[in-house]
Amino acid sequence: MNFNAPHIDYAGLSPVIALTAGLVIVLMAGLIPRIGRFMTAGLTIAVLASTVGLSIWQWGSETDLVAGALRLDAFGLSATLIACTAAAIVVLLAIREPAAEEANHGAFYSLLLGSVLGMTLIAQAQNLVAFFVALELLSIPLYVLSASARREERSLEAGLKYLIIGSIGSATILYGFALLYGASGSTDFSGIAHAVGPGGHGNDTLVLIGTAMAATGLAFKTSLAPFHQWTPDVYQGAPTPVTAFMAVATKAAAFIALARLFEVALGPIAQDWKPALAAIAVASIAIGNIGALGQDSLKRLMGYSGVAQAGYMLAGVVVATEKGLEALVFYLAAYTLMNLAVFAVVVGRERETELGDDIESVAGLGRSRPLLAWPLTIGMLALAGLPGTSGFMGKLFLIEATVDGDYTWLGVIIVIGSMVSLAYYLRVVAAVWMRSEPAAAPVQPMPAIAGGSPEADATTKGTGRCVLIFGSAVLCATATVVFGIAPSPLIDWASHAASSLATTI
Amino acid sequence: MIQILLWAPLAAGLVACAMPQRLVALPPLLTAITRLGLVIYVVARFNPSLGLQHTVDESWIPALGVRYQLGVDGISLFLAVLTSVLWLATTIWSTINPHERPRTWFLMLGIAETATLGAFLAQDLILFVLFFDLMLIPFYFLFGAWGKEHPGRPEEDEGPIRPQPAVIKMIVYTLVGSLLMLAGAIATGILTANGGPVDFNIQHLAANPLSSGSQYWIFWFFAAAFLVKMPAFPLHAWMPDAYRVAPLPALALFSGVLSKVGAYGFLRIVLPVFPAATTHFQEVILVIAVASILYGSVMAFTQTSARLILGYSSVAQLGFITLGIFSLRPDGADGAVLQMVNHGLVVAPLMLIAILLVARAGTDDITKMGGLAMRAPVLAALFLIATMALLAIPGSSNFMGEFYILNGIFQEKIVYAFIAAIGIALSAYYALRMYQHAMHNRKPDGIESREVGLFEGGVVAGLVACIVALALWPGLILHRAENSTAASVAASHQAAPTQVAER
Repeated sequence: MNFNAPHIDYAGLSPVIALTAGLVIVLMAGLIPRIGRFMTAGLTIAVLASTVGLSIWQWGSETDLVAGALRLDAFGLSATLIACTAAAIVVLLAIREPAAEEANHGAFYSLLLGSVLGMTLIAQAQNLVAFFVALELLSIPLYVLSASARREERSLEAGLKYLIIGSIGSATILYGFALLYGASGSTDFSGIAHAVGPGGHGNDTLVLIGTAMAATGLAFKTSLAPFHQWTPDVYQGAPTPVTAFMAVATKAAAFIALARLFEVALGPIAQDWKPALAAIAVASIAIGNIGALGQDSLKRLMGYSGVAQAGYMLAGVVVATEKGLEALVFYLAAYTLMNLAVFAVVVGRERETELGDDIESVAGLGRSRPLLAWPLTIGMLALAGLPGTSGFMGKLFLIEATVDGDYTWLGVIIVIGSMVSLAYYLRVVAAVWMRSEPAAAPVQPMPAIAGGSPEADATTKGTGRCVLIFGSAVLCATATVVFGIAPSPLIDWASHAASSLATTI
Repeated sequence: MIQILLWAPLAAGLVACAMPQRLVALPPLLTAITRLGLVIYVVARFNPSLGLQHTVDESWIPALGVRYQLGVDGISLFLAVLTSVLWLATTIWSTINPHERPRTWFLMLGIAETATLGAFLAQDLILFVLFFDLMLIPFYFLFGAWGKEHPGRPEEDEGPIRPQPAVIKMIVYTLVGSLLMLAGAIATGILTANGGPVDFNIQHLAANPLSSGSQYWIFWFFAAAFLVKMPAFPLHAWMPDAYRVAPLPALALFSGVLSKVGAYGFLRIVLPVFPAATTHFQEVILVIAVASILYGSVMAFTQTSARLILGYSSVAQLGFITLGIFSLRPDGADGAVLQMVNHGLVVAPLMLIAILLVARAGTDDITKMGGLAMRAPVLAALFLIATMALLAIPGSSNFMGEFYILNGIFQEKIVYAFIAAIGIALSAYYALRMYQHAMHNRKPDGIESREVGLFEGGVVAGLVACIVALALWPGLILHRAENSTAASVAASHQAAPTQVAER
């Protein structure tokens, strides 16, 4: 038997290689005694920046990598770009985070990079085996990161819960993949597509069960209802920067992977899975929005809101048109920015007050800390989909895609979901602007200089971490508004990404 | 030109944020005065026989077929004027009586004006929806952050009303409508394009109407948004709470201008774009309009809070305007446009006068006021003129407006005209009741009759002067709005679609 080593396209793999090498370097750097927290963080950001650079360099090329296991195209790279951006901002938020300090910075950041690597791979995977390996590479660092605040019971609980439920999700996917392989005789997406295509085994029970199980497993990962129960608990328990990362990057990568799996491999049987995914989308929108209504913990609220938002995004997959994919990629990018703006503020307030992530911690922020209040407000309004923010453009895009794809009723459901969501998003905004600060004096870890204003504090030495958090919050909020007024660059980017997948279908 | 008009308020609001505390009001004030000049110039240059003027057409989001299209015609022209006038009045007012956190206040006022003008000027359906939704956000902040708790009606076992829940109720109600409208707007564009390139231009949509089946359901998405905004009778539940907690200068704008956007939307979008649905559902909307007139009037003369009397009177007045529009006759619609401007000009000074009354009596309950006219003849005179205009005394421009509206509806559906005429009689009752209770009667203890201050009086007098001027020359509006309203209405008469495309 002859075995030919596959041709390796190093240029195409360069983002993956950069991440892998960076992961090792950061881990090693963390072992050097007395290396500053800023050094490791800086190194991590440098790795992410070089990955972004290499991805942009490869943007536009469309080839198969590693004997067809991976597909290099703009659609997959868009997930890499989103994940790297999110990770870089999370690194900024995590500097001085107790969890990161305890977990030793090098280990914490290399786990983060490992997860980004998994996301990069899963977004490009077009082979069931590669898909599953990437999925595990993405998930396992996250289990550890969730439990990284070792002295907090809740963090450990979150880690364990995530591990168990995540494993169930992985196992379900694996079972589903096995059935798909059994039915089609191929692990390649194109092979599966050929096998289930016209004249194939499209209506085979094995294929349908396999599809259903793969969808279920991915619904666990993307926290779609009714497989979302872990989301609020894990979001609340995990250290906040990790929560932020899970909320945006995991979602982006998992959705891109889900779209590729369903549109490419299972595209020929779209008529079978479309109604099922539509039902999941509706359930997520309903359960997420209703669940978020009474939440006092901001992280739980964001967890439920994430479930609802995942429902909106799934609509982009359901319609299975190029426009739907465009809307999905656009929404993922916009969602990343607005969510990070919110989480940056939550992190900031967690460190400044003893109220944790309770909604009380942001009460009266409008008066005392306008620089934190505005990003939070913009983030919330964008999540609610109000005009002037990228959230509105995202919803506009999604609804237009649903109407265009003959799923008008799903568009109407999205709209109704947004209305319900206003009740809880605006509750946060109301707390920020329409209430006074809680009576208990907030504990300032760094005492303000006598007579100093918040703005002055921010520039004072010793509160440097505030600058990073302010900076990331303001940056994300600004981007949210800019893309809300001039969305065209982001739309062009998204449509380029979507069209690169459309050529494969 | 029209771009400056639109974006200057927002720019001024942003500049104000960077100004030192004492000069915060300067940029909004200067731009407000400049804009009034601009808008007068636009009116002077306006040619009623042409359709859309001062048009702007730029590519904005090509991927979605959304364009940045602005323009003025006879319908939007005077609503833009009304917006500029009322915003100038409020800006002056809040310069004289500064609020807490003036920077944010002026920023919100600026955003609100840009959004409102944007809704009046937009010629692209999605752009209109965007501005329509955007309008609410600044008012959410204005009402919520500067609103005061209202004691409610203890005698009716109603507890105090806190601003936060009241405002969230308002936002949820109004956005329910407008988000549905977003879905409806997108559906209209896509269905009209039918696979081809999507174009959301309102005239383009009007020239290619949808099948009547699609029109029927999309019509209600739009109608819901506009009826909530007005508010019309069964959808007004957000109004009493929001009106009682809102800061009055902002409420003057809200009641004066924002409620008109709903009526404007009917004329600008629903009539031309959904002609089949409009004629099909004409009776339903007429019933809602008449119900609003009767309900609003009855509620207005049972309420004791000056804010609510004005609020419910707005429900009734907006009912009249809707009636005029859905008479589907040119004179009715023309009268409706006149009446939109009239009502804005009347309700805003009355809201400002209410501030003065509250300052003197310490409450907005008119049964606890009295005798305020004793030492304040100027205030009494201004109040009286505005009241007379509100009850549409013959000779006032409101009379002209209502006359045109009733004239239109008489020829179309005579029953509704008879019922609506009762509303006019009722309006006399509630308007005079408010005036009498506040200004005449015996003066209770602890209430001081004080003359209005120079600047505050100046603002109110300016608005009252506009009322008088319109009373003398209603043709200013009627003549210019004529052609545009006729075109809107003509579409719904199953007239050839080409006729609409011409304007």
